[in-house]
Amino acid sequence: MSVLNIQNLEVSYQNQPVIKKLNLQIEPGEIVALFGPSGGGKSTVLKAVAGLLEDVSGTVNIGDTLVLSDKLNLPTEKRNVGLIFQDYALFPHLTVEENVAFGLGHLPKEERLERVTEMLALIKLSSSRGKYPHQLSGGQQQRIAIVRALACKPNILLFDEAFSNIDPQFRFELIADIRTLLKDQNTSALFVTHNQDEAFAFCDRIAVLNEGQIEQIDTAERLFNYPKTRFVAEFLGEGLWLRTQVASAHRLSSELGEIAYCGESSIESMVGQYVDIYLRPHHLRLEFSLDSKIKVTKERFVGQYFESTIEWFGQSIKVRTVYSFLDKTVKIKVDTNVSAVFLEHPSAP
Amino acid sequence: MSLGISGSEAVAETLPQPQKITEHAKGSRLAALVVSIFRTLSKVHLGGLLLAVLLSTPLFALFYEAIVGEGESFEYIKQTVLGDYIVNTLILVFSVGFLALLIGVPLAWLMSVCEFKGKSFFKWALVLPLAMPAYLVAYTYTDLLDYAGPIQIALRSWFGWQSPNDYWFFDIRSIEGASLMLALVLYPYIYLMVRASFLEQNAALTHAARTLGQSPLRCFFKVSLPVARNAIIASVALVMMESMADFATVHYFAVSTLTTAVYDTWLGHYDLGSAAKLSSIMVLGMFMLLYVERLQNGKKQTGADAKVSQQKLMYQLSTKQSIIAFCFCSLILIIAFVVPAAVLVGYALDYYAESWSTGIMTYAFNSILIAAIAAIAALALSVVLNFILRCRPYPAQKFSLKLASTGYAIPGTVMAIGVLIPLSFLDTSINEIAESFGMQGPGLLLSGSIIAIILAHLVRFVAIANKSVEASYMKISPSLDMVSKTMGQGGVKLLSKVHLPLIRKSALVASLLIFVESMKELPAALLLRPFDFQTLPTYVYQFASDEQLEIAALGAILIVLVGLVPLILLNRSIDSH
Repeated sequence: MSVLNIQNLEVSYQNQPVIKKLNLQIEPGEIVALFGPSGGGKSTVLKAVAGLLEDVSGTVNIGDTLVLSDKLNLPTEKRNVGLIFQDYALFPHLTVEENVAFGLGHLPKEERLERVTEMLALIKLSSSRGKYPHQLSGGQQQRIAIVRALACKPNILLFDEAFSNIDPQFRFELIADIRTLLKDQNTSALFVTHNQDEAFAFCDRIAVLNEGQIEQIDTAERLFNYPKTRFVAEFLGEGLWLRTQVASAHRLSSELGEIAYCGESSIESMVGQYVDIYLRPHHLRLEFSLDSKIKVTKERFVGQYFESTIEWFGQSIKVRTVYSFLDKTVKIKVDTNVSAVFLEHPSAP
Repeated sequence: MSLGISGSEAVAETLPQPQKITEHAKGSRLAALVVSIFRTLSKVHLGGLLLAVLLSTPLFALFYEAIVGEGESFEYIKQTVLGDYIVNTLILVFSVGFLALLIGVPLAWLMSVCEFKGKSFFKWALVLPLAMPAYLVAYTYTDLLDYAGPIQIALRSWFGWQSPNDYWFFDIRSIEGASLMLALVLYPYIYLMVRASFLEQNAALTHAARTLGQSPLRCFFKVSLPVARNAIIASVALVMMESMADFATVHYFAVSTLTTAVYDTWLGHYDLGSAAKLSSIMVLGMFMLLYVERLQNGKKQTGADAKVSQQKLMYQLSTKQSIIAFCFCSLILIIAFVVPAAVLVGYALDYYAESWSTGIMTYAFNSILIAAIAAIAALALSVVLNFILRCRPYPAQKFSLKLASTGYAIPGTVMAIGVLIPLSFLDTSINEIAESFGMQGPGLLLSGSIIAIILAHLVRFVAIANKSVEASYMKISPSLDMVSKTMGQGGVKLLSKVHLPLIRKSALVASLLIFVESMKELPAALLLRPFDFQTLPTYVYQFASDEQLEIAALGAILIVLVGLVPLILLNRSIDSH
């Protein structure tokens, strides 16, 4: 049974639909990201799940509890969810211990203290129980915020851009720690972010949200390599659109030469047809060529490689090169083993 | 694991058929709209709105009375002296604004961009005149500068003058004298606001002007002043509002302005309608000034960029310049604070026995009681209104808070009339109901008791609490509320366990400020006090207007000491910044 089951969720602001018939299920212990551009409705979904919005319709089940339906919009405090924010939302007037114990008022004192001790031990911050939030680092504060939520034994944790305030140097270390913690506790989480690296590092599955709708939901690797829509392909990283003709089940011919095709969809039945494929920068390499008209217009040295920018039929793409190609004419070569392409039928050959 | 599938489905909507809208249909739609609005507004909404309406009742009552009330003497006033009242008020307001500007802006510039000996002392000392009610400065200077005062006596003995015809001397009991007295205690508003503006200015602007060949003085006129114009206009508007609201100084100097007219019309003729009409004219003037103040305060200062103005502009004055700056600051401080304070202390020491024997403790207790109730009530109302706005940030609640804050712009005399109108109506109704049951009416239960004074102070000063509590609330991240709710701590628990501990400090400061303002408030207490009831300011005013300030000097010093409390807080806040 899903921990979170969203069916046909719709949210409007001032009569403008922000979320349109959204469906999403999260399984026990699973961490799912809502990933997409700003204004796409990610935080709105989170707030709707938490019960912080009023103008909402659809059905939401958290665990075995129906929290939203046509006749019901259960208040936040009755939904048993934990919320984690980018500003940590620790109560500044309370100590670490008091913060963690904040939602445990219904428990006897001894049990409450035991739970707090247990939670602080999980994040190895037992020695900081008497400190105030401002005496802790950002990472420590976020750990406290997470165990404060975990202390209430929520059905699901909701993360709203929760790591964006953490120093990049320590961010992924923290993300790994929190992921381990959640997996150990078998706690499910819904994580809202616009940062691809965070979503990839933290989540089991990623739902790409665009204009209030989920375009695709899958693992990070499959989203990147097998995008199902043009938006997902482009949003997950820059690339080059190339018009090709299907030569055989595993071959595409193009202006850049023959390309080996190892994609998921079968193209056997499309021999002779034109398709557009999306090539990532790592599929491409540059070679000097005196008779080519393609020129490297910009270049940036980034340490282990150069990032060379080329313009090709109105498209601009950055390609990693070992040598400097600035102002030189080049030929674009495609790696023979292109396994990750997005196929789209062009409107006209 | 299941896949999340999303997609918008085409929803076939049945479009309403065009139809002729009848009057009945229009009415039904209007009714439906009203019903939908009331459905949207929860009980909490309505509670907030009701509180705000109650707090603004005096203002609405005033306008109602001004429009509907008969105002028997207003026609006569209009044909005879109303023009003079308005002209005098305008002269006073603009003169005070101009004089305070002449004092406040140079002081602000000296204190923000110049370095000289004694600056750290003057930085806070120049705010002290704010603690001195203008009427006390007026009384002390009248004693000093009058024909029978020590200065004219000394001049006559030095030069052998025998009568007033032998020489010219500045007549302090005039509109010019009143303007000067008010400017001396109100300039700190301009000093503080413009100084803050100078400190925020990007030093690079002046540096650029200096490299383009401008002297520091020319930089002041061509760069600093224009950049600070919003703060200057806003602070002058504030000073003009305060001077328009003044009653005691102009009354003592027998300058007829709109405030004295309201006072005389009510206490002299008991003509509530005319007093309300005169008050409404003042309220309109106040709202115009308030609009200017808010408009300028709302504008972002040009060239003020916190990120780039790390480097502060500072001129080290030469010895000669330092002496001039020191003398200018000293002169203002001595005239505006040291002399009046010294005169009061002198009187208090000389007439200690008489001062102490006049029941000063009772009057102080009365003032403390009224101020404490007003402060606590204002704070409680403000917290409730802000909490409702926080939980339901809808336009209706924002409007409620603004409505509840309108009182601060209303002068004390006008507020007193505004409070009297609904309270008199309620008293009359209560007595009529009592009599209809064959009982004896309780008399002036509301309008003839300290409830009226407390209500006037509450309505007038609740804006202070609103501003402070609102600012505190804005600093609390909304995520704290959401987290608290997810942990089952919503509603009153959210208020008591999260909000109140976080806004505690500023709420206390706000209640202290209201307490102090209420302790010092004179005109509303003068008009609304029950028979034989005195507060500290009415007691001091009564003796001073009878030319016996020396007997009330102890009370006057108490008022000044109370007035110092917010200045100490202000200085601590400036230092912490």
